[in-house]
Formats: sequence, structure tokens, C-alpha cells
Amino acid sequence: MSAPVWNNKVVKWVDDRLPIISMVHHAAYEYPTPKNLSYMWNFGSLAGFVLVTMILSGIFLVMNYTPHADMAFDSVERIMRDVNYGWLIRYLHVNGASMFFICVYIHIFRGLYYGSYKAPREVLWWIGILILLAMMATAFMGYVLPWGQMSFWGATVITNLFSAFPVIGDPLVTWLWGGFSVGNPTLNRFFSLHYLLPFVILGLVVLHVWALHAVRSNNPTGVEIKTPQDSIPFHPYYTIKDLFGMGVFLIIYLYFVFFAPNFFGEPDNYIMANPLSTPAHIVPEWYFLPFYAILRSIDFEFLGIPAKLLGVLAMFAAIIVLFVIPWLDTSKVRSSRFRPVYKWFFVILVIDCFILGYCGAKSPADPFMGLHGLQVITVGQLATLYYFLHFLVVMPVVGKMERPKPLPASISESVLKGGANA
Amino acid sequence: MSQTVQSSGDKPDENRRDFLTLATTAVGVVGTGMALWPFVDSMNPSKDVLALASVEVNLSNIAVGQAIKVMWRGKPVFIRHRTEREIKEAEDVALNQLVDPETDDARVKKKEWLIVVGVCTHLGCIPMGTATGEPRGDFDGWYCPCHGSHYDSSGRIRKGPAPKNLHVPTYTFLTDTSVKIG
Ligand code: HEM
Ligand code: FES
Repeated sequence: MSAPVWNNKVVKWVDDRLPIISMVHHAAYEYPTPKNLSYMWNFGSLAGFVLVTMILSGIFLVMNYTPHADMAFDSVERIMRDVNYGWLIRYLHVNGASMFFICVYIHIFRGLYYGSYKAPREVLWWIGILILLAMMATAFMGYVLPWGQMSFWGATVITNLFSAFPVIGDPLVTWLWGGFSVGNPTLNRFFSLHYLLPFVILGLVVLHVWALHAVRSNNPTGVEIKTPQDSIPFHPYYTIKDLFGMGVFLIIYLYFVFFAPNFFGEPDNYIMANPLSTPAHIVPEWYFLPFYAILRSIDFEFLGIPAKLLGVLAMFAAIIVLFVIPWLDTSKVRSSRFRPVYKWFFVILVIDCFILGYCGAKSPADPFMGLHGLQVITVGQLATLYYFLHFLVVMPVVGKMERPKPLPASISESVLKGGANA
Repeated sequence: MSQTVQSSGDKPDENRRDFLTLATTAVGVVGTGMALWPFVDSMNPSKDVLALASVEVNLSNIAVGQAIKVMWRGKPVFIRHRTEREIKEAEDVALNQLVDPETDDARVKKKEWLIVVGVCTHLGCIPMGTATGEPRGDFDGWYCPCHGSHYDSSGRIRKGPAPKNLHVPTYTFLTDTSVKIG
């Protein structure tokens, strides 16, 4: 990778003083990319695209949004009814949040399946989890802004989680609220942070891509690039593939925006916040449901830790555990394609997460999938148990016991032998 | 300067330098902390929020068996005019059956009036059971729909995930039929 020589005088003049053009050229043009990447590798650039969409639509929403407890709800209704294309900008933003999480969740499970968190990609993986955490905070605070019933009560329930901590709990919650309940000061600070955090995410994305380019992309075989034959330049091969993926993605995203804009939403959020009445059934946005299920499934105390605190700790642990999986996974093989046993545990984990999501959406005492005698809470507890067992027991133990299939000598060999079908 | 301190040993300046580094770091850390504090504290309830007046409630319109909700510091307060049966139920429970043991006596000033903050001690939902017809749970008090906590006719937690009894706010009876909360 020698530094490119620029023919255009202006380009050269700038680049000699600030090598930003060379940098972008390295990153998006000549970046040597494994030649066997599948469509699973599209979701990173898609997430980046959605981030930009969120920031742009957000900036235009702010031009008409009023962050005040008495006026926020009406200002959002005004965006929907009176502002030119306000409905479009808001629906892009609302559905964009769901699309963002879909892309990022697929992106994460891709990493889990192909062992992309293993050396030398641990820091890359960590930055990814930080992005997930920042996204969750952003989406949570954004959901409060329209000041509907779900906004208000979701904020109440989630901020109250922090009251579970001994001693500091109550002062902490009062501090988060800026009052004695969720109210105008809370709305204002959430607005401030909701504007700030996406730019923090943007910074993290830059670090994420920087780390990626230092360690290079993983690929479906999990075998590193060994010779130049194993890789192709990013442009035009992957720029075109990413663009194609973006087209497909836009069809799906815009289908929701135009034809089912409230599909992911809760009707209760079109009722203005009322501090005196809790909706009968509080549910978070779909992307939080698995974590919500983990939180609620802990209804017992353990080692003297009260249930409420334990639930909160379990919920946070569900994400924190992802930071240490590079060391929990003892297998020397990256890609699950060559891991006949672990592969099936991975499938169970995915199903487990869907079951958690289902449990998070239902009332604890409801029958699970209409099965009498089987309560949602019980299934939620089992699913929570598996979630943690997967990372804390299955990963280390299966990694040690399993006999992996033989790895291809190189990416090229696997491609020539039709490895893409394996 | 270094020449004058050489005497302290073959590793010149070590102690003095270490001390200076430590002291500078400590001052830096404390100073940064002090500079941060105003920003952190600005997020705590402001004076106008703290000054939120107390509320006075007229009780004469609440019939026996009825309850009302009033707003205090942005939160609902439940005021229930308890029936003989509800009072008796609340008094008859053995303390060892309670999650957060408290006698009914310690939670009321006048037996027939139960006054509690209407915020579930689990995660802050408003329990149902104040308006007539709402579910009151298994113990004749309140039922929280969010995660299924049951409170009894003294506002004490009896079943479900909530760890504590409904809080009793500070209040004083101004007359027999009027109470000041806060
Ligand atoms: C990481 C990117 C972002 C995510 C995941 C996100 C998420 C959300 C969500 C879930 C909502 C609630 C939508 C609703 O139900 O109405 C929302 C609302 C809002 N967001 Fe964002 N947002 C992002 C970036 C931004 C940015 C950068 C801005 C401003 C520059 C912004 C401004 C707003 C405003 C003003 C609202 C309230 C209006 C409304 O509810 O439609 N957002 N956001
Ligand atoms: S908030 Fe009342 S039971 Fe959870």
C-alpha cells in the first residue's frame, strides 16, 4: 500500500497538508478485503447509512420540536399534521431507529457466528459493544421526547431501575430526574443528551472503522488473508455490493415508512403523558424486549441481594458479558462453519433471544404462547438461564471439547473448492 | 537546582520528584472534581422544584370506602377513607408475614385515613385500586399492573416484586376534615 500519487494539483496541495484524501482512499478504495465476504458483511455499512439518516432527520425534527413537558406532545403532532413533509421526516426517524437496531443486531450475531471477536479483533469488538450501549441510551431518551404515555412511563420504569442500588439509589434517581418524578427537567436533559449521543456514536464508529482497518475484515472461513490472492480492493467490488444491499434495505425501510409507519410503535404513545395514570401494560420498544425479559425474570433474591437489584444487575450483565467473550471462547477456530458442535449452540442462542423478546412483550403471568400451565415468567427464567450459560459455560467448554472440521489452507483455496456453500 | 539536592542519595531527586508529581496529580484530580461538581449538581432538583408548595386537601367529600388521588411534588398521593373491615385487616396481620414489616399504627395518624405516596416501590408505576372498580389486588389495597405487586389496606407490600411498602409522606391534620401534605 504505497501512498497514492495525486495528479490533480488542488487535491495534491490539500493532501500534502492534511492527508485526509489519502486516508479516505486507503479506507474506502484500496482497502484489501477478503474476496469471499457474504451478504452478512453488508450490515456494518448499512448501520452507518442509518446513523447518517438518523442524524439528518433528527436535525430537521429539532427545528420544529419543543422540549417542554407542556408542549412536546403537541409539537410532535404539529410536525405530523402541519409541517411540510413533517410526517415523512418523523416516520423516517421513528422507523430508522428500528432499522438501526435490526442492522446492528444482525451485525453482532454475524460477529458471534464467525468468531469476529477473537484475537486480534477484541478492541474492534469492544468498540462495537460501546456503540450498542450508546445506541440504547440514545433510543431510550429519544422515545421519551414525544412525551406520550409510553414515553413517560417507560422513562419512569427505566430510571427507577437505578433506585435498586443500595444507599446511592434514591439520590441517584432524583439526580437523573432533576425532581421527584419524571418531569420537565427530565425531558430537557434527555433532549440535550439525545442530540449529543449520536455524535458520540459517530466518533465511536470512526474508531471502529479505524480498528477494523488495522486488523482487517474477518470472513466466512475465519482464515486470515495470507497472500494478495486472498483479497480484492474494496472499490469497486464491495462498494457495489454495499450499494446493492442498500437498495434492498431501502425497499424494506421505506416500506415501513410509507405503508406501516406505526408497525413498531405503541398506540398508547399517541396519548399525552399523564403522571396520574399508568397504562395497563407497559412495554419498551421491541429492541429492548430481550433485556426487559431478563430484568423481569429475576423475581427471587439470591445471596442476600434483593430481587430488584439482582434483576438490574442481570440486565446489565447481559451486555457486559459480551466484553469478555474473546476470553470465554476457548476454541482456536474462528468460524462456526468449521465448528460442528458450537454451530448448534449458536442456533439455540438465536432462538433463545427471540424467546426472551417474546417474554419481554407479555405479562409475566400470561400463558406462554397460549400454553396453559406454562407461564411467561417461567419460560423467561429458563431463557435467561440459557443466555448466561451459553457465554459462561458453553463457550469455554465446547471450545475445549469439540473437534473442529479441517480448515482450508487459505481463503483462495476455500473459494476454489466451492467453500462458499459449506 | 538539581545540584543542591544531589545529596539525598545516588538516585538524585527521586523522593522530591515523586512527591511533586503526586502532589500535582492530587491537586489536579481534586481541582477537576471541584470544577465538575457545579455541572453535576446543576442536574439535581433546582430551587423552584424544591420549593414546590405543600398541598392542602379537604377530606369532607370522601365517603367511607372511597379513595382519592392528589398531586404532590409531581407524584400522586393516595388518600383512602378506610372501612372498619380494612382497618381490622391491616391491624390483624402478623408482622412476620410482611415483606417490609411495619405495624398499621406506625403508618397512619388517624385510623380511618390512610395516606401514602401512590408510587409503586418496584419501578415507579401508579398502582390501581384508588378509583372505585379498579382491581385492588389480593389484599384489599392496591394492585400494580406493571409487574404485579399487591399492597394491602395499609399500603404494605404483600406479594410481587416491590421491595418496600408504599411510602408515607409527612402530613398534618389541620382540622378533622383537612390535611396538609408536605
Ligand atoms: C443514533 C441515532 C438516533 C436514534 C437511535 C434516535 C432514536 C429516536 C427515537 C426512538 C425517537 C422516538 C420517536 C417517536 O416515537 O416519536 C426519537 C425522537 C426524536 N429524535 Fe432521535 N434518534 C437518533 C438521532 C437523533 C439526532 C441526531 C437528533 C437531533 C439532531 C434527534 C432528534 C430527535 C427529536 C427532536 C425527536 C422527537 C420527535 C419525535 O418523537 O418524532 N435524534 N429519536
Ligand atoms: S412498578 Fe409496580 S410492580 Fe413493577
